Amino acid sequence: MERRSGPSGVNLPGDAVWIYLFLFPVGLLYGGLVLWPVLAGVYNSLTDWRGFGGNRAFVGLANYRELLEDRLFWNALGNSFLFMAINVPIRLALSLALALLLNSATLRFRSAFRTAIFLPVVSATAIVGVVMTFIFSPFNGPVNLVLLRLGLISTPIDFLSDATTALPTVAAVSIWKWTGISMIYWLASLQAIPGELYEAARVDGASGLQIFRTITAPLLVPFAVIITLISIVNMLQVFDLVQTMTAGGPFYNTEVMEIYIFRHAFSAAMGVPRLGFASAAAIFFGLTTAALALIYGAGLRFSARRRAEMTRP
Amino acid sequence: MKKQSAQTLVPGGTQWHPLALERSQARVWRQAGLKVTLYGFLLVFTLVWVYPFAWIASASFKTNAEIFSKGLDLAPSTLSLENYARAWDVANFSQYFLNTVIVSVGSTVLTVVMTGMAGYCFGRYEFRGKRPVIVLLATTVFIPTGFSIIPIFDLAQRLRLTNSLLGVVLAETGTAVALFILLFASYFSTLPRELEEAARLDGAGFARTFFQIMLPLAQPIMATVAIMQFIASWNSFFFPLVFTLARPDLRTLGVGMVAFVGEYSVDWAGMAAAATISIAPVILVFVLLQRWFVAGLAGAIKQ
Repeated sequence: MERRSGPSGVNLPGDAVWIYLFLFPVGLLYGGLVLWPVLAGVYNSLTDWRGFGGNRAFVGLANYRELLEDRLFWNALGNSFLFMAINVPIRLALSLALALLLNSATLRFRSAFRTAIFLPVVSATAIVGVVMTFIFSPFNGPVNLVLLRLGLISTPIDFLSDATTALPTVAAVSIWKWTGISMIYWLASLQAIPGELYEAARVDGASGLQIFRTITAPLLVPFAVIITLISIVNMLQVFDLVQTMTAGGPFYNTEVMEIYIFRHAFSAAMGVPRLGFASAAAIFFGLTTAALALIYGAGLRFSARRRAEMTRP
Repeated sequence: MKKQSAQTLVPGGTQWHPLALERSQARVWRQAGLKVTLYGFLLVFTLVWVYPFAWIASASFKTNAEIFSKGLDLAPSTLSLENYARAWDVANFSQYFLNTVIVSVGSTVLTVVMTGMAGYCFGRYEFRGKRPVIVLLATTVFIPTGFSIIPIFDLAQRLRLTNSLLGVVLAETGTAVALFILLFASYFSTLPRELEEAARLDGAGFARTFFQIMLPLAQPIMATVAIMQFIASWNSFFFPLVFTLARPDLRTLGVGMVAFVGEYSVDWAGMAAAATISIAPVILVFVLLQRWFVAGLAGAIKQ
């Protein structure tokens, strides 16, 4: 029997009015907070604009020219990508390993383990950032105490003020913060794999590793595409964790793009805000993210195709 | 079903050779060993994982001198609530807490209702401009906050919405709608038509059909959207930060925490109490509703 779903067959006179009425509130917000900022951002980036409420003077591409020559801009862009490149592979591997362990139905207390690993996700990021400055404190902070006691270091490390350790430390904390959510995504993906496949493999005497290589891994690929791209885009947009742990320091060593934009637009550190210049940086950064979103779209289509093949009997 | 019975038949159906029996016992032992190792590993791992929470909770009862002098010892020498009183009243965390609840709950409710309404139209009706709008929504899912923060702040200021919690709520809601509309639309498009048709032909209006019949059917996706938006707005920092720069009384917990660190930089015990106040209630809510959380987030990836 044909399953009837999708666009309703009912289309009474007057429905069109209701449809636009239903779309209006969200359309207003979407227009004002998503579409308008794109257009306004492009215009703003072409102006010299010092302070909200002040006048905007059209300066053409001057902001972009200055941007490309600003060493700190490239520094921030590089830091954003470095941060993402540290976080994403480690977090996804770790969360996949945990998901594989916790996916077993016979494992007792698995929901307790899952809860514990998920806790950082629901803790407000800015609070986590401040707490972590204590945890990594060079003055008898627990991490340094453990390392000292184990004899791994002889003097405390000032994790967040040292140029070599600051960015990896913040990235490590972000791995801790977000592993739980990736783990849930992996678990959902694992549960979408038909159980009969495993049973058949076990009957055939396949080992755990063989099962992973021949069944789990290939069937996870379409989900992995989505999970990876969500993580990449999210990590490029990191702001609060870095702002609360290092505020971009020491000496811009952890300044990621969103902090660079914030510093030029809102922070008192710069004296007069430079909104036009910050907008140019935002556009450049937005285009980078848009390029990644395009890859995301392609990946999504690929993944949908694979999933359709997988569920087809 | 059939395969499972075949599997259980194998050991029972075969006459076991004594040597094979010995080997299978060795296997049982090895599996038991593996299991102990697995539990041991998971236990140690999760204890290390949640250690920061234990550390900050213990620090919130210690004195400022004790925090960094007691080393790794988690037990405070007194169980004083003084730090909490200081964070709650002096540092104004009672106000920050309330503000955060208003922002998170407000934006979650607004998001679920508005994106549900829009998703219903996209998922079940044909109308002019539908295709291009869906493409538009999909391409704007990942616009970074840093990209739109300047125009949004500018617009909000013209509308006199900066320095107000309403402004924060609207900003949190509006920037997140694209993905949620698409999630709702794809869910609604899979629902069978019969119920809706019956209701419509019985004379229920468009709005009534949606609120009384279709929206309740979309409960799983409502949970997904509500949980994702709640986590996002409880976690959010950029919008509350710039929207409350001139109004300290409107700060959310995260922004208030940073201000606290700036103002009382050596009151570690007070900060620990403030952090515990900020983190503990959400953890409690999460533990109580975790079934929903997990199912909700899983729903997002499955759609």
